[in-house]
Amino acid sequence: MEWEVVIGLETHAQLKTKTKIFSGASTAYGAEPNTQACEVSTALPGVLPVLNKEAVECAIKFGLAIGAELPKLSVFSRKNYFYPDLPKGYQISQFELPIVGKGKVTIQVPETKNQPAYEKVIGITRAHLEEDAGKSVHGAVEGMSGIDLNRAGTPLLEIVTEPDMRSAAEAVAYAKKLHELVQWIDICDGNMQEGSFRCDVNVSVRAKGTTELGTRREIKNLNSFKFMQQAIAYETQWQIETLEDGGTIEQATILFNPDTGETKAMRSKEGANDYRYFPDPDLLPLEVTEADKARVQADMPELPLAMKARFESEYALSAYDAIAITSSRAVAGYFVDTINAGGDPKLAANWVMGGITAKLNTEGKSIADSPIDAATLAQLVKRISDGTISNNAGKQVFEAMWTGGLDVDAIIEEKGLKQVSDTGAIEALVNEVLAANQAMVEEYKAGKQKAFNALVGQTMKASKGKANPAQVNQVLKKKLDA
Amino acid sequence: MALTIHDIKRIAHLARIEINDSEADKTLNKITGILTLIEEMEAVNTTGIIPMSHSQDVVQRLREDVVTATNQRETFQKNAPTVGSGLYLVPQVIE
Repeated sequence: MEWEVVIGLETHAQLKTKTKIFSGASTAYGAEPNTQACEVSTALPGVLPVLNKEAVECAIKFGLAIGAELPKLSVFSRKNYFYPDLPKGYQISQFELPIVGKGKVTIQVPETKNQPAYEKVIGITRAHLEEDAGKSVHGAVEGMSGIDLNRAGTPLLEIVTEPDMRSAAEAVAYAKKLHELVQWIDICDGNMQEGSFRCDVNVSVRAKGTTELGTRREIKNLNSFKFMQQAIAYETQWQIETLEDGGTIEQATILFNPDTGETKAMRSKEGANDYRYFPDPDLLPLEVTEADKARVQADMPELPLAMKARFESEYALSAYDAIAITSSRAVAGYFVDTINAGGDPKLAANWVMGGITAKLNTEGKSIADSPIDAATLAQLVKRISDGTISNNAGKQVFEAMWTGGLDVDAIIEEKGLKQVSDTGAIEALVNEVLAANQAMVEEYKAGKQKAFNALVGQTMKASKGKANPAQVNQVLKKKLDA
Repeated sequence: MALTIHDIKRIAHLARIEINDSEADKTLNKITGILTLIEEMEAVNTTGIIPMSHSQDVVQRLREDVVTATNQRETFQKNAPTVGSGLYLVPQVIE
């Protein structure tokens, strides 16, 4: 039987606010334990939550960015459970009436050996505001768990998809797209190591062609795209094998172990998922007005999809280049800066992707760390487009720039890379090459196009790569066809 | 919907409330009474009425995103039975 995997994601994005969602305690990462845990974070008796305006605006911004319904009223509810890092005994979340309703995210799934790249629209069911819990530290003191409430009350936006994804590749493409979007609109710093962006993945399988959903298992807290890919692949295979062996899938929460590459069910007591939600009487309904939406919209940057379309039409970039350039707001900004400093768009795109970001990726750095700024890259691009140096010589200049030299013209001079565009000099070179390669000349005259390319190669070699290739072509053609 | 003693014990367990059998019996009667009242209320036609999530007809006021809390760890931890390395210490919990 052929199987189909069905995947839905729940993502917790930590919102980029200075303070907690319901109190004025700082959310800065890495502070000493419990030094950012105020009366509200520690749930002292008698305290009341006061909602953070910035957290609400982040949620609205996300809703607008995915074209979602933003209902006029949403409601905070209590999700009740007991755990030491949740001192109130409930988490304030949203249940029946979330702040963000149905929306859409368009993903690009990269090509594989068996399939070309394609786009797909993933439905967003909802997104709601909630507070994070504290952190439990195990093993610091023998037989005890340590509780750090600095994280308690940090604002989260939980973004829930429809079960629209049909492969690990689609799930990872969605997670990456969402990760890019929340950073693009500046509501989340996207730091996965620090837990600012973490995904729970619901996986089920069914016979291909059927419409009923299988029983799902939820893989918790994946904080890397690589682990997500591995966890889904392993889990899918496990579920298929279990069913083919005549077994059944039990609904469960599971964890992925990166060391073994396996998923394993967490021990969970019957009824543990009964959270007995009810509206929080400490909080009034949250109103989002048209004016609120307009104010947030005014602050919205151009979104990646719109920018991609604009780069394709305005700068004649290929779809592939435009997608790559708009993969992050920082890269797109660098590209625009390069063009604004006078760089030819198509060449600039090549050098930003093939030069700057390729180099940064191998060194594990981000664009903010680039030793070459956009204005300097633009200088290099200009020297290539005005014919001073060839694209190949550009690579040598680029290497020299990367390791510290920032004066493009000085590097060209020092390395003697200036392209020879003097017709007289090129004619002299061509004459030499023709005289030394009579056999190739005969072959060309006998109709072998390959011989012509070989002669171009010989001339370039004789010029030590400095001759302008277009001119070499021209002069050779003229002489041979004369 | 008729509740049973089993339901009462389960709810008590979820809320971490210890009750003995006679308390559970009494609670069953009380909650059943409340549910009966709700059933009566459900007979009222509420078509077109927006469900109320708060007793006051006002909306949430918002707070500016400015740090106002200071570090009071020492004061707060005086209330805690056991602390160490700045952490609140509790009996070990590992799932």
